Order: sequence, then structure tokens, then C-alpha cells
Amino acid sequence: MDLLLTHFWELTITGLAIGAVYSLVALGYTLVYGVLRLINFAHSEVFMWGSFAAVWVLMAAGAGKASGLGLAGYLILGLVAAMAVSAIVALLLEFVAYRPLRKRNSPPLIALISAIGASFTLSELMGLRDKPLKWFNASGLQDYLGRPRENLPFPLQVETKRLFYVFNYHVSNIDVIVLVSAIVMMVILDQFIKRSRLGRGIRAVAQDPEAAALMGVNRDRVIRLTFLIGGLMAGAAAMMYLLKIGVTRYNAGFILGVKAFTAAVLGGIGNLRGALLGGFILGVAENYGSALFGSNWKDVVAFVLLVVILLFRPTGLLGESLGKARA
Amino acid sequence: MSTVSTTLHRVGDRFRSLPRPAKLALAVLAVLLVYLLPIINPPLITTTDSDFGAVLFSCAMYALVAIGLNIVIGYAGLLDLGYIGFFAVGAFTVGVLGSQHGKLPLLLCIPAAMAVTMVSGVLLGAPTLRVRGDYLAIVTLGFGEIIRLVLVNTNWLGASRGISNIPSPPSIDLFGVPHLVWNGAVASIDLGNETRFLQFSVTDSIPFYWLTLTIVLVVLFLDWLMQNSRVGRAWEATREDEDAAELMGVPTFRFKLLAFATGAAIGGLSGALFATKQAFINPDNFTIIYSVLFVAMVVVGGQGNRWGVVLAAALLTWAPEKFRFLSDARFLLFGMALMALAIFRPQGLLPPRRTVRAKQADEETEVLEEGVAHA
Repeated sequence: MDLLLTHFWELTITGLAIGAVYSLVALGYTLVYGVLRLINFAHSEVFMWGSFAAVWVLMAAGAGKASGLGLAGYLILGLVAAMAVSAIVALLLEFVAYRPLRKRNSPPLIALISAIGASFTLSELMGLRDKPLKWFNASGLQDYLGRPRENLPFPLQVETKRLFYVFNYHVSNIDVIVLVSAIVMMVILDQFIKRSRLGRGIRAVAQDPEAAALMGVNRDRVIRLTFLIGGLMAGAAAMMYLLKIGVTRYNAGFILGVKAFTAAVLGGIGNLRGALLGGFILGVAENYGSALFGSNWKDVVAFVLLVVILLFRPTGLLGESLGKARA
Repeated sequence: MSTVSTTLHRVGDRFRSLPRPAKLALAVLAVLLVYLLPIINPPLITTTDSDFGAVLFSCAMYALVAIGLNIVIGYAGLLDLGYIGFFAVGAFTVGVLGSQHGKLPLLLCIPAAMAVTMVSGVLLGAPTLRVRGDYLAIVTLGFGEIIRLVLVNTNWLGASRGISNIPSPPSIDLFGVPHLVWNGAVASIDLGNETRFLQFSVTDSIPFYWLTLTIVLVVLFLDWLMQNSRVGRAWEATREDEDAAELMGVPTFRFKLLAFATGAAIGGLSGALFATKQAFINPDNFTIIYSVLFVAMVVVGGQGNRWGVVLAAALLTWAPEKFRFLSDARFLLFGMALMALAIFRPQGLLPPRRTVRAKQADEETEVLEEGVAHA
């Protein structure tokens, strides 16, 4: 209890920072769920591939200790790489694992099996990344690959600077970078969905796919778009995750994916703002929980919170707005 | 793929049309063959890289898991992603009562494990079964993970060290059964390698296989009774249309809870068998990935068909062991196989007949409706 009180602001702010990562990944789940009514189980692997892309690009760019403009350059480079690769993986996933099913009108549980299969495939491909090396005899790349089943460290080292105080917590530059860029991205996405033509298409399909089709919305294009956006956000989340955590591995996506999905459900799945709120609440609650009960119980706190909230608000905190109407 | 299942269905039809004594004789023969599998060691089926008896035990144990989960997913239509939680509760109940904090004999531990898992199923189900399907999936996923984390963090349950010295079932040493060895297509009897009939020990998995197989057969029979009773019809009605079922006077919530509790108890039973066979359990045996595998078994087998899920469970357990030489790549292949199956055979390997018929009816109405629309 003491720990919680004395470190209250530190726990809150670092919780918000990790919550921002959950939120960005949760957006991918919530968008796809809103449009397709599908738990995109493989979304966590999209995130994981993005994190590897960021690590590799920054390794190739020779990133090390950096500050000032150099740091900004590296950050943008890593962010772009992660977002690009995540988006490509997300689109591929849609094309290979989900589109054939949609064409056949398969029952929803089958889509989940396909998603599970895709998730295994994507994560194992990364876990076996040293194999092709032996075929091509390209041992020069060994440093890049690391040990395939172990952690791969993030090359960019950001010198921690303490910027300003929030009550008694001295906020670090990493917290600021993560929080600010996450919030900027969320605002852009929110406005995009709300105001743009494409965003309107997404909302229309989520509300009523048949009516949307009759009004001339191209459903396939909307679905591709949602996967693309989900991938971009997962890539951004991957970069922020690396800044906060510092390593990635082939199965890094799994637990994070479960958490992010929890966040999406917490806020009301299919609801963009719900995903954001859910992510932040989950991040902060986990931190408080680990201060209260010890860090071993962090994940238990997260899930118990979810169960309790679902009991009292069965559609999540903000309800299911993006694709309501159909139960 | 589809030819495989039509063949299987045809075999089923041919079997049903036989006269009763022949049916009985064939069934007994088939069961006997399955019992003797680890003794016969059939050349193409046997696993060279791992103990075949142990692999068969796993197959039977996961078949039991799949039967239990099939009640929840296939009959009642509830997506449970935390089934490993019940499995773990069963295993740890046996561990706690039989080794960690008591010296109860195994034969008392197993019913206790089933009772405890049943209660945990009711405790989890009572609040959560009211939420909608997709939410249930994530809540149960959370439950499975909570159970594991509690096991890791509680010293009373052995924490991450786990529990060892779990008791075996009582042995009665009657006679030895020598194994067969194959040299090409020629079999010979290996007198040096024999399994003592009902001598449960860590070194020989085959008696555990026999025990589990017997339990599987009993549970299959009970499952059949249950599905063909009022309960089974209530489950089906609830799965197909909950509102309509409720209007017809089916207390859907109570039946969903019953399915959940029954499934949980069977999961606990298989967990208990796992614990006694391994004699040592720790929380790493119960990671969330198993829940996903269990669901895969049920869906791959064709939800709702008990023979389908048993077949799929055995297949999905046996294949990674058989193809162990692929070592690292087997999970990659497993993932790709799941995707291929979902795309090319969405109804599972062996869908229940009712689903096949319902689908045909659906297609007919669709054709009719389209005809109207075009006119």
C-alpha cells in the first residue's frame, strides 16, 4: 500500500506509457472486429514482425547512443520501418488467411482456427529465422538474426533524461516520446475514421454490411483498409514497445496481444475510443496492481479487472459503437 | 480431404447396416486392436523418436480433453479458450491431495479432482455465461492464464517448482505381455521387452494408456447417453437459437452452466490422469497455448461429432511426435496445416451428420431465395 502511495504518479505515468502500446495494438483488434466480427488472433504477430523490422533497420543504420536530432532521425526511421512491415504483414494475413474464408461464407469459429494457424505460422517463421541462412551460406548476417529463440536487443539507446515533474515523479524523455506520439497517432486515426470518406466507409460496413454494399461501398476495399490501419498502428506500437522494453523475441506478441485484446474488450470492442480508454486503464491498473500485490500478480490483476468490468457492463466501458446494431 | 470424410461416413453407414452380432464382433475387434497398439507397434504408425506407449497415452488423454471440450463448444456452442485452466485444476488437485499436503490414494484423488474442477467450472460459468459469445472467449482465456499465474505464484501449490511424487494407481501384477518387433514386414516377439499387466510405473506408459483408454470409452458412452437425452436436445436448441429455445421453455442459462460444468469435470479428469502419469507437474505444463490447441482439436475434428474430435485429438497429438525429425519446423507446419484446413475444409474432418444436413437445407433455401430475387 505504501508503495502505491509514494510512487503513485510514477506508476500512473509509466502505466499510461505502456497503456499507449496496448491501445495502439487494441485498435487493430477493435477495427477488424467491428468490420468483420472476427477476433484477429494473429494481430499480435503483426506487431511482433514490426518490432523486428525496427530492430533490423536501426541495426543496419548503425544506431547506438543518440540524442537530439540524430535521435529523432533514428526514431522516425524505426517507426517508418516498423509501420511499413506491420502493414504489409497485416495485408498478407488478410489475403492468405481470411479472404478465402470470406469467399466461402465459413462459420466464425473456422475463421478463428485460421487465425490461430496464421498466428503459429507467423511466429514460428520468426522463430526459425536462422534456417535460411544455412541454405544461402550468408553467415555475415548472423549478428542481425541473433539467436532465433532468444531476445533480440534494440540497438538504439536513448539516454534517459528527466524533463519535468508531475507532482513527485520526474518524467523521463522516453515516457514523453511514447505518450505524445501515441496520442498524436490516435487523434489522427480518430479524425480519419470520423471525417474522411474512407473512414465513413469503414463505419458503414461495421454498421450494416449489406446496406453499405447497396450504397456502393466496396466491402473488400474497406476490409483491406481496416487491416492496413491495424497494421500501421501495430507497427507504431512495436516501436514504442521497443523504446520502453528494449528487447523483442519471436513470441513477444502473444502476451501483448492478449493484453491488447483485453483492452479492446474492456473499452467495448468495435469502439475506437473504447480501445484507447481500455488500453490506458489496463496499463495503469496493472501498475497499481503490481505495486499492491507484487509484480508477479500483475497479469492476474489485469484479467480480474476485465471479468469484473464485463460483469457490470457486459458490452465494455463505452459500449460497442463502431458496429453496434447487430447482436 | 472430403473424400476421406465421405469414406469415413460410408464406413459408418456400412457398419450400422450390419446385423447386430457382426456389429458387436467388429466393435470388440476394433477396440481390442486399439488396446493392443503399443504392443503391436505397427511399423508405419509407431514413433521412432519417442516412446510409442507415452505418445499413445498422450493421444488418449487429449482425446478425453477433446470429448470434454466438445461438450462445451460442439454441443452447447460456447467458445472456451481457457480449458487448460480446468486441466490444471484437476492435475493440481491430485498433486495437492496425493503428495503436497496429503497422502490420499489416487483412487480418491481422481473423483476429488473432478468435483473440484466441476465447482470451479460453475464458479467461472455462473457470472460469465451471461456475457455474449466473443466475450466469453476472452474471459475464459483470462481464466486459463489466471490459473497458471496463481500456480506460479503460490508457495502452497509448490510455486514454479511444481509438485512431485504424485501417486500412481494401485498396481496388480498379473502377467507380462511381450512386445512385437518389426523387421520390414516380418514381426517377431521380443521376449526381453515386456509390459507387466497393470504395473503402473514411471518407466512404462502402456498401463497408463490402457487405463486412460478405458476411461475414454466409458466417457464416450456417457457422452452418447447425454447427447441423446433431454439435456442433449436442450444444448442443441440453445446453440442453434438461444431466444427461441428460451421461449420454448428451455432454461438456457442452466443448461449452458451444465455444459460448462460437465466439460470442466472431464477436463479435470484428464488433468488428473496427466498428473498421475507424469508423477511430476509444474505450471509450465499448463500454458495458454494448450487451450488454443484444444480448441483446434475440436474444430478440426468437426465440432459436435464425438468420433471426429477423438480422431482429431489423436491425430494432432501423434503427428508432431511422429514427425519429430522435422523438429523445429513442426509447429510451423502445424500452423500452416490449420490454415489450410480452415480454408479447404471449414466443416472439420468429420462434421456431425446433422450439420451436413442442415448445410444442405441452407443451400437449398439460398438457391430458392436467389431465384426469387432474380425473378
